[in-house]
Amino acid sequence: MTMATVQTPPKISAQGVNVFYGDTHAVDNVSLDLYQDEVTALIGPSGCGKSTFLRCLNRMNDTIADCRVSGQILLDDEDIYASQIDVVQLRARVGMVFQKPNPFPKSIYDNVAYGPRIHGLADTREDLDEIVAVSLEKAGLWDEVKDRLDHLGTTLSGGQQQRLCIARAIAIDPEVILMDEPCSALDPIATAKVEALIEELKGGYAIILVTHSMQQAARISQKTAFFHLGQLIEFGDTTQIFTSPTSGRTRDYITGRLV
Amino acid sequence: MTSLPNLKKRWGRPQVQRRLRRRYIYERIFRMLGLAAIGVAGLALATLIVSVGKNAFGGFVQTSIDVDIYLNPEDLRPSSARYRHDFAERVESADMRKLLADALERQFPDIDTDSERRRALQLFSLQARRTLRDYITATPEKIGQTVRMRLLASDDVDQVVKGNIDPRVPESDRRVKDKELAWLAALRADGRISRQLSTTFFTGGDSREPEIAGIFGAIIGSVLTLLVTLLTAFPIGTLAAIYLEEFSPQNRLTAFIEVNINNLAAVPSIVFGLLGLSLFLSILELPRSSPLVGGLTLALMTLPTIIIASRASLRAVPQGLRTAAQGLGASPMQVVFHHVVPSAMPGILTGTIIGLSRGLGETAPLLMIGMVAFVVSTPNALTDAATVLPVQIFLWADSPERAFVEKTSAAILVLLGFLLAVNALAVWLRQRFEVHIPD
Amino acid sequence: MTSHILKSYDQELDELKTMVSQMGGLAEEQLDKAMRALHSCDFDLVDEVVASDVQLDQMERDVEQLSMTMFARRAPLADDLREIVAAIKMTTLIERMGDHAKNIGKRARDMALEGPFTVPPLLDSMANEAKMMVSNVIDAYVRRDADAAVDVWEHDEHLDSLHSAASRDILSRMMDAPETMNFMTHHLMIAKNLERIGDQATNVAELVHYAITGRELDQRNTTSAPSITDDA
Repeated sequence: MTMATVQTPPKISAQGVNVFYGDTHAVDNVSLDLYQDEVTALIGPSGCGKSTFLRCLNRMNDTIADCRVSGQILLDDEDIYASQIDVVQLRARVGMVFQKPNPFPKSIYDNVAYGPRIHGLADTREDLDEIVAVSLEKAGLWDEVKDRLDHLGTTLSGGQQQRLCIARAIAIDPEVILMDEPCSALDPIATAKVEALIEELKGGYAIILVTHSMQQAARISQKTAFFHLGQLIEFGDTTQIFTSPTSGRTRDYITGRLV
Repeated sequence: MTSLPNLKKRWGRPQVQRRLRRRYIYERIFRMLGLAAIGVAGLALATLIVSVGKNAFGGFVQTSIDVDIYLNPEDLRPSSARYRHDFAERVESADMRKLLADALERQFPDIDTDSERRRALQLFSLQARRTLRDYITATPEKIGQTVRMRLLASDDVDQVVKGNIDPRVPESDRRVKDKELAWLAALRADGRISRQLSTTFFTGGDSREPEIAGIFGAIIGSVLTLLVTLLTAFPIGTLAAIYLEEFSPQNRLTAFIEVNINNLAAVPSIVFGLLGLSLFLSILELPRSSPLVGGLTLALMTLPTIIIASRASLRAVPQGLRTAAQGLGASPMQVVFHHVVPSAMPGILTGTIIGLSRGLGETAPLLMIGMVAFVVSTPNALTDAATVLPVQIFLWADSPERAFVEKTSAAILVLLGFLLAVNALAVWLRQRFEVHIPD
Repeated sequence: MTSHILKSYDQELDELKTMVSQMGGLAEEQLDKAMRALHSCDFDLVDEVVASDVQLDQMERDVEQLSMTMFARRAPLADDLREIVAAIKMTTLIERMGDHAKNIGKRARDMALEGPFTVPPLLDSMANEAKMMVSNVIDAYVRRDADAAVDVWEHDEHLDSLHSAASRDILSRMMDAPETMNFMTHHLMIAKNLERIGDQATNVAELVHYAITGRELDQRNTTSAPSITDDA
């Protein structure tokens, strides 16, 4: 961690966040700071609340009927659960990539152009072409698809589809990118390509990555947070977490012992 | 860890082999039952097609008789001074019966009483005189000459020619008497009897005379009615489905509505007819027997089907598509109309067409709103009195004339053809709009 | 600590620990034999000491091999990662202890061939101290006792002062009787070997402490680091 990141205020600051699904206490009093230009990995066993916490950061939980969120989540010092915050605008600032690649059943071009189109970010056709090209370039997909932008996005391979989804997310220039197990459906080579892309994208975004792969968290994140039974057990530098965790529960989880 | 009992030994037991054999037998029995079921269904279909098809063929052709007619200028004289100047009116007022009867007398010298003249005239359809009149009007230069004309025979003659009237039946029990049969035999020997494809059947409206009764009016009635149904039921049904599936809160009210929609889909169609009768005719006072009212009534009946089918196909859209769009900051309406509805379109269209094709074949509710009336003219507007294909079939099936049996079958064949076309359209639409969504 | 979900992982780790502690025991025994050879001028004992060194070399390679396999197959993390890294480094240190013990054994033979001599008592004190350190650090490793490792580590200073005293003693004997120059040089070198064995035991103590606690034993701050919070 460089001195610069210590001094900058956090991009997202979660303070005492609780999430309930009906009677289930899914996230229990979690406080966590997430920084610009860093990849933060959220790890923990299934059902530990890490994905739920991730979905709080762009209010994707809003669509779930009996989900309640309390506590504060500040994006640049602004509470994203405040009444004057527009969810649609928030999601444009906090993009998301999902576990299963989910391109729209439209052309590759239209997949990437969709976000800029609905938000009115492109002034001319050439403008939009450029946004699409640059986004695909950033996602490392341009060379593979530049000759077939009119093909259906769903005809790409799994790894390409996931990078298309990343291109689609960055086409609206978000500040934060949430990734919910983005490689769990991919083979090792496709995984490596997506990881390389995440590493590349790190500068310029705050990336929060939920993963079940310890190795993946160790490979590409700078910070790691371990969740267990809805609680944040340990949060620190990835190197420290994976060599000398301070909590026994963290140790047991990452070394593959019975929890 | 506890160990399993010695299963290796049990595998060798004869029961295991017997069980395996029995399982294969069950498998075979099940397969044969399936084949039998398909066989029964196929047989039923074949019976329908054969029985309808056999009769239907006769419905599409009509018998004509060639006669030599002397266009006697005397007979075309104006009967009163009023018609003197206009030739068409003069022809109109002339007595075509006389021209025809004279021709017949020349053909059959044995005619001498007035009653025999009348009987001879009845070999022809009423249409025959109209054909003759039209001919004279069109070609006045032929007046004074003898022309050979092919004129439509009456339905009784038609039935004799098609062999549907058995001459061995005692004369008193027969619609066609010995005298007529003798005349027909003579005409046939002369080669003056022929059968043609009946264009009237496809272009004419209903008639009391089977030989000139057509289904065109009913087809247009059906098309107009279904158009009204489509234009009302499709938007209302899909919007209701979209709202219920994508926007409505999940509470008791929506659960109640859902139960009711499912129940309405099972309500007998006659009930919708009664609803249409009281709502559209008694309260709104829309014109009776019109495609407008028929279409609206069928729309009521089709709505539950469309809503259920549309909701099912909306529910089948993968959740990932919705979250993907939400994640990009699409508003709920954008999510639904940019992504969910286009993906669900094939299913929605299929459901709509299934509903419409049910409407196309529906009779009962239309009887309630008066579309069962005898309508000769082809409807030109949504408010004209009209009938539809299945009602036409119902009416003809109820008529006493032997010739209507054939007409009924022919109309059934046409209706089946329309249903087939509509279902083919459904298949085509499904393939046209199908998009591959990873699930 | 709870066991791994994968039993074979635990078995491999146990095997690794056994190999390391066996090496430690062997090195300790080797030092003992070397000192006895020094006193008794028994050439058979010298041969045994030399043979033990070959065995230690072989065991070092075995541990290295097993560790590589575990890195490849288990992708160890946290405690397991530290354990395996510590094991590799410990075997290198133990193998070096063996080299020093072998050296002592060889000098014992050289001196016996030259003629009769007496062993300075301070050299025996040093040897006892070194043996105890080796023995204690292997004990600490086997018992997963970080505090015991710290004790060993702190003991190094004592051995160092013994070494200074022994060196002075031998040098003064040398000046008193210059004809014993050859023997005294050998004794000086043996003192150096013993001091080095102590250093290596100290380094092993640091590794044991790191493997157990995940914290470095700081050179100046000798307080024992807080051990892991078992809050599971």
